[in-house]
Amino acid sequence: MKDRLFQTTALTAVFAVFGGALAAQEMTILVDNNPDTVAITEALTAAYTAKNPGVTWEVEARAGGAEGDNIVKTRLATGEMADVFNYNSGALLQALRPSRTLEPINDIPNFGNLLESYTQTVSDGDGNVYGVPHQAAMGGGILYHVPTYEQLGLEIPTTWEEFMANNAQIASETDKAPIIQTYRDTWTSQLFVLADYFNVQAEEPDFAAQYTNNESKYATTPAAKKGFDRLQSAFEAGYFNADFGAANYNDGLRMVATGSGVHYPMLTFSIAGIQQNHPEQLNDVGFFAQPGDSAEMNGLTVWMPSTYYVPKGGDHTDIAKDFVNFVASPDACDIIIEAVGASGPLLIKGCTLPDDVPTAVGDMMPYFEQDGRTAPALEFLSPVKGPALEQLTVEVGSGIRDAQSAAELYDRDVEKQAKQLRLPNW
Amino acid sequence: MRKRSPYPYWFVLPAAVIFTVLFLVPTIASFWFSLTNWDLFDASFIGFENYQQFFSEPFLLRGVVNTLFFAVLTSGAKTVLGLLLAVLLTSGMFAQGLQRSIVFFPVLVSTIGVGLLFTELMHPTEGVINLALGAVGIPGPGWLTNPKLALFSVAMVDIWRGVGLATLIYIAGLASISPDYYEAARIDGATRLQQFWRVTVPLVRPATTTVIILSLIGGLRLFDLIWAMTRGGPGFASDVLASVVYKQYQAGFYGLSTAGNVILFLLIAVLVVPLAFRFYRKEVDQ
Repeated sequence: MKDRLFQTTALTAVFAVFGGALAAQEMTILVDNNPDTVAITEALTAAYTAKNPGVTWEVEARAGGAEGDNIVKTRLATGEMADVFNYNSGALLQALRPSRTLEPINDIPNFGNLLESYTQTVSDGDGNVYGVPHQAAMGGGILYHVPTYEQLGLEIPTTWEEFMANNAQIASETDKAPIIQTYRDTWTSQLFVLADYFNVQAEEPDFAAQYTNNESKYATTPAAKKGFDRLQSAFEAGYFNADFGAANYNDGLRMVATGSGVHYPMLTFSIAGIQQNHPEQLNDVGFFAQPGDSAEMNGLTVWMPSTYYVPKGGDHTDIAKDFVNFVASPDACDIIIEAVGASGPLLIKGCTLPDDVPTAVGDMMPYFEQDGRTAPALEFLSPVKGPALEQLTVEVGSGIRDAQSAAELYDRDVEKQAKQLRLPNW
Repeated sequence: MRKRSPYPYWFVLPAAVIFTVLFLVPTIASFWFSLTNWDLFDASFIGFENYQQFFSEPFLLRGVVNTLFFAVLTSGAKTVLGLLLAVLLTSGMFAQGLQRSIVFFPVLVSTIGVGLLFTELMHPTEGVINLALGAVGIPGPGWLTNPKLALFSVAMVDIWRGVGLATLIYIAGLASISPDYYEAARIDGATRLQQFWRVTVPLVRPATTTVIILSLIGGLRLFDLIWAMTRGGPGFASDVLASVVYKQYQAGFYGLSTAGNVILFLLIAVLVVPLAFRFYRKEVDQ
């Protein structure tokens, strides 16, 4: 009897140990340290664990920007990558050599939920798709202060001339800065150039392909150079806030939310930042696409969202792929919206936005709902992207260099990237 | 006949292994990688193309000129100010220990912290410096946002931060000068100024050599302060070699940035080795 009891206990103990080991699988996920990304990732992994109690997740945060690029590349190159990680889609993904380092996800059950406009920005030349979005798509355009527009009776501009006329009126009738620029965070200086891409492709539909083939250049394509020209004309008109050289991104959000500045060229992911820093003023901030030459061709330049990828050769690839499969479901969209609010259209079929979205998001949605009013930013159409653009646009926006010279230097800057990617014709 | 080392080979083996693994191999590897197109996954040999590319960078020349300007300016200022402060702080005045500590404190503070602090102080509209200037009716410039001033402003901060170390070296140098020389000079009727020029300056030469070489190397390879304050900006106005190299690295051009590092290494060697050789030989001659 005593022996029997002992045997049972021993067996139970053995089962407990092995069963526990099988059930409790610890997974890691590496994401950038943007508060929204971390909040989304924590909500999604918690929901996954609720469905699969045997799998727990450790969320690891890394620096963003160029510093984060290095962390991701180094860890991939040394085989030390987490089970799942997040990174950009588009041109920057190509620098990770996805066909060598990432696991294709074409075979996950929810693959059909991904919109094609998205999957082509996270795939290689052979049709392998590598990622699932965990954020909404973004628009690049102009955030504006709605109460100032109402007070002055201004209309949403559909051409660059109207936009400059609005600026002139703001400058003469108020002491607000018509345009906010924040060069302490140099990346924010690129918006007038990058968000102009809808207007570029409206005039030159083949620009992206020719650009990739080393046939078209910014400096010699008038439609492409206009982004630089527009930045220069805005500086020369003296429309920037007095401290544009020293202000940072958060200052810019504060200025457009409180109305000390009226226009802030920016990506719409910043709406979440305004929601966080200035919840009272959230609905004082509206949004419109960067206007071009003609009111008939007015549309929005779109950025594809940050994405989860699964590295090749991980120990738990099947669980990692099951997780991204879960993220590609309408349930996951609801979790994302609950975690950080709605900042734009989600790229998963079956996802819907709540009715009460922030004003700026409401302003952006119509562009997506009409045909031909959106175009992807150039970095989602061509792998050629140079690192010095943000310094060059700071120079143009500070009056150090003119638009023509900046465009020429940028054309030389992108050569390095093209050579590094071993593109033909470069 | 070659002089034999008094130590057996096994005695130097640990040091030799550490030197080989941590210093020799990486140095040789970096020369190799500077000749390749390297994206961390693959490295393919491309000869001297990286060097060609690096020298055809439109902003590189600016970076080299800025590096030299910065190194010479800060090294010169630290040498002169360091000596003057050291003389002041060894002249036997009130609370000397405290004063020496105060001069040395900035050396102990993290460079990034110093950089961020001064970035706030130098803010064009809300910074304390310009508010103070504004209070007495002087419109303050954009210390870090004016492309003509930015590098100069960073250099001023670097001098403030580094002068304490120069002072410390000079204090040690002054302490080693025998009081007999001053006594002899006084008996000969030398004024204080003459004592300074004829006794102090020549006799602290070893300290001067150390200060110049250390601060020159520090200035040539300075990176953290520039990165914390201007990131090489506005535009490329305050870019130095180290920040140009770092930006190539950030952009993922690993071969190119390694080539930049080799160039930086050669530049420092070309400037500092003859300088050190000359200075130290003179010392022996004395």
